[in-house]
Amino acid sequence: MKFGILVNEGPYQHQASDSAYQFVVAALAKGHEIYRVFFYNDGVNNANRLVEPPQDDRNITQQWSKLAADHGIDLVVCVAAALRRGIKEEILAPGFRISGLGQLVEAGIKADRLVVFGD
Amino acid sequence: MAVLHTTNKSPLQTRDLESCLRLSRSGCGILLMEDAVYGALKGTAESAKLAEAAKARKIYVLGPDLAARGFTPEHLVQGVKVVDYSGFVDLAVEYHHVQAWV
Amino acid sequence: MSGMEENEGGTDKVKRFMFLNRKAPYGTIYALESLEVVLIGAAFDQNVSMVFVDDGVYQLKKGQQTKDIGQKNFSPTYRALEDYDIEKLYVEQESLEARGLTADDLLVPVEVLPSAALGALMEEQDVVLSF
Repeated sequence: MKFGILVNEGPYQHQASDSAYQFVVAALAKGHEIYRVFFYNDGVNNANRLVEPPQDDRNITQQWSKLAADHGIDLVVCVAAALRRGIKEEILAPGFRISGLGQLVEAGIKADRLVVFGD
Repeated sequence: MAVLHTTNKSPLQTRDLESCLRLSRSGCGILLMEDAVYGALKGTAESAKLAEAAKARKIYVLGPDLAARGFTPEHLVQGVKVVDYSGFVDLAVEYHHVQAWV
Repeated sequence: MSGMEENEGGTDKVKRFMFLNRKAPYGTIYALESLEVVLIGAAFDQNVSMVFVDDGVYQLKKGQQTKDIGQKNFSPTYRALEDYDIEKLYVEQESLEARGLTADDLLVPVEVLPSAALGALMEEQDVVLSF
């Protein structure tokens, strides 16, 4: 089955991004396809490659980047929400790309299920 | 076409679960995740509401979130089923669509 | 049945999209950014509805004056939705009543539905985007 994922909260402040990540890992392990992960609202902060959590904590941005590298997952950051929050191409972590809200709607159309992780 | 509802906040603190119960229909599934796992515990001021709702709905709790918060399945209201992330994925497949009460 | 129509030039069936709005405006950005998705979504020729539940009904309150909080009043946009062919705005009756409001307090015509009917409508969706 094809899943679309929407992440609406930034990393660390809220568990939403962690939950979405665990869901995606589990879905991949079961042989499902992740059509796209779309980052919106403060969720765009997940794409910031400048984050530096303490060494004994997980690096949420790097976790997403690794998933993209290992499984070719499309990580899309909403351009309007990103610009509002200073997330630009030059600080984008590997595997993320910036695009429009149409990518979210398209994920809703193309995926069999859209699962929302937010506050 | 039954819906899998997800809710992620404690019913002792917010009214999200209450709204989810008011608008969800018999035959649906409700997954309590993140801070919503507190809503699945027995012996709280909200336990009775969940037990009542569980008569016509399937109530699931995300086990990793429950364990992270220091509780085990024996603390749950009767009839609540524990799933892991893999089980969450299975539920998302099984139900027609997933509706988040964020 | 509208749910089985096909897009022009494509084979995807038209899906039923519901935007579920449960948060008040201004205190957080969810209401505004939800509206931005709705406006984009309208261009995809899907079956789109907006639903207002809980404090989400306050998004539609008449007479919003935001000048003194330094934020843009985006409430007139709800009145423009019909120009985008989004004419299905549903408000939960219980949420309105719990807040001492009636449809007359809202800045746009809506269909007020009791929770049972709204719950049934939710079951008929394909995609629910919650903000």
